[in-house]
Amino acid sequence: MGNNLKRRDFLKLAGLGGAVFASGLAGWPGAAAAQAGIAHDDFFFVQLSDSHWGFEGAAINPDAHGTLQKAVAAVNSLAQQPDFVVFTGDLTHTTDNPVERRRRLSEFKDITAQLKVKTLHFLPGEHDAALDNGKAYREFFGDTHYTFDHQGLHFIVLDNVSDPAAKLGDAQLAWLAADLESQPADARIVVFAHRPLFDLYPQWDWATTDGARAVALLMPHANVTVFYGHIHQENHQMTGHIAHHAAQSLIFPLPAPGSQAKRTPLPWDTTQPYHGLGFREVETRRRDLPDLITELPVNGA
Amino acid sequence: MEINHQRRQFLAGTTLAGLGVAAATVTGLALAQQPADRIIKITSKRFEFTPNRIDLKKNQPVVFELTALDVTMGFNAPDFHVRADMVPGTVSRIRFTPDKAGEFTFLCDIFCGSGHEDMSGTIVVT
Repeated sequence: MGNNLKRRDFLKLAGLGGAVFASGLAGWPGAAAAQAGIAHDDFFFVQLSDSHWGFEGAAINPDAHGTLQKAVAAVNSLAQQPDFVVFTGDLTHTTDNPVERRRRLSEFKDITAQLKVKTLHFLPGEHDAALDNGKAYREFFGDTHYTFDHQGLHFIVLDNVSDPAAKLGDAQLAWLAADLESQPADARIVVFAHRPLFDLYPQWDWATTDGARAVALLMPHANVTVFYGHIHQENHQMTGHIAHHAAQSLIFPLPAPGSQAKRTPLPWDTTQPYHGLGFREVETRRRDLPDLITELPVNGA
Repeated sequence: MEINHQRRQFLAGTTLAGLGVAAATVTGLALAQQPADRIIKITSKRFEFTPNRIDLKKNQPVVFELTALDVTMGFNAPDFHVRADMVPGTVSRIRFTPDKAGEFTFLCDIFCGSGHEDMSGTIVVT
C-alpha cells in the first residue's frame, strides 16, 4: 500500500471520523524478516466482528437485518481496499436448531461475499460453534484454527470457542507451541481469536479457560499482537509486552467490563443510530513509524 | 476444595490420639459442639440456576452440592475461584469459605444454548 496519508485524509474528509489508536502492531518490521530479504510494504487489513446474523431484538437493534450489509458497504467504500478482511467470530447468533444454524451461516457467507476484497479470513465465536463443536461452521468456512503469512507477518488464528467450556485444549496448544517454535524470536506475530486470551472479566465470561497457557507460549516472542472480539466494544490491554485489542460489534454494544450488574446489551440510541457499532482498520507501517488502529463507524456516518 | 466430613473427623481423631485423656475430652467436646458446614443444594437447567441468589455469611464455610437437571453446565464464581462442572445424574461438591462481603456474580461457563448468556446468579455475603 503506497499512499496511506491519502487514505487517511480521505477518511477525515469523508467525515468518517474514526478514532485512531496509535500503538497497534509492535516491532514491525522484524529484523529476521529484514535479514531474510523479504520485501515489505505498508499494508492494512480490516477486522470485523460479532455480526450475530440472525439476532432479533428491535429494542437492541431495529436494523438487525441490515447492519451487516451496511458494514460490507462501508468497507467497500474505503478509498483503498484492505489486503484482507478478518472476521473474529460470532458471525451468527446462536440457535439450538442445527438447520437454522446452517441457514444463518450460509446467509452470512453470501452477504460477506459481496465484499470487494476477496481474501477473507474467518474464525468462529461460541455462537457459531459451541453447540456442535464447530461442525456446522467447518462445513462453510473450513478449519477453526490455522495460520497464514502476509507481507512477512505471521498470523495465527486460534479457536477458543468450539469447546463449550471455552478452552483451547491440549491438542491446539501443542499445535500452537509447534508453530511458534518454527518462528524466529523476533518474528512479527499477529493472533486472531474470538475470546480474550486473558482474564478480562471472567464474571461475564470474558476469558478463555486455558488462555494463560497460550499467552505463556507467545510470551518468548518479542513482537506479538492479539486482535479479538466477543466483548462488543473497543478495548486495549497488555499482558506483559503483548497487546490485546478487542473490536466493536456489528449488532449491539455491550457495557464496559463490570460497569453494571448484568452483561446486557446497551439499548439502541434513537438519537445516535448505530452508536457503538463499527469495524477497524489495522495499518502496518515501515521502520520506526507507529502502526495504527482506526475505529470506523458501521454506517459511515 | 472438596469437603469430606469423614476426613475431618479422621484428622480430629488423629490429633486426639497424640494427646492425653483430659485434653482429648475437652477437644472432643469442642468438636461435638462445632456445627457442620452448611450445605446448599443448587440445580441447573437450561437456562437458570435454582436458587439464583445465595446468601452467605462471611468466614462461615459452606458446601455447594451441584447437579444439572438436563445438560452439562458449569458453575463458576470467579471472585472466589470456585467452579465445578454440573453434570446430570451426579452431584459435585465444593466447599469454600467466603472471605469478603458484598454481591458477587456466579455464572454458567459452559455454553449450553440460546439462553446461556443470561444464565447467572448472585452470591450475597454479609
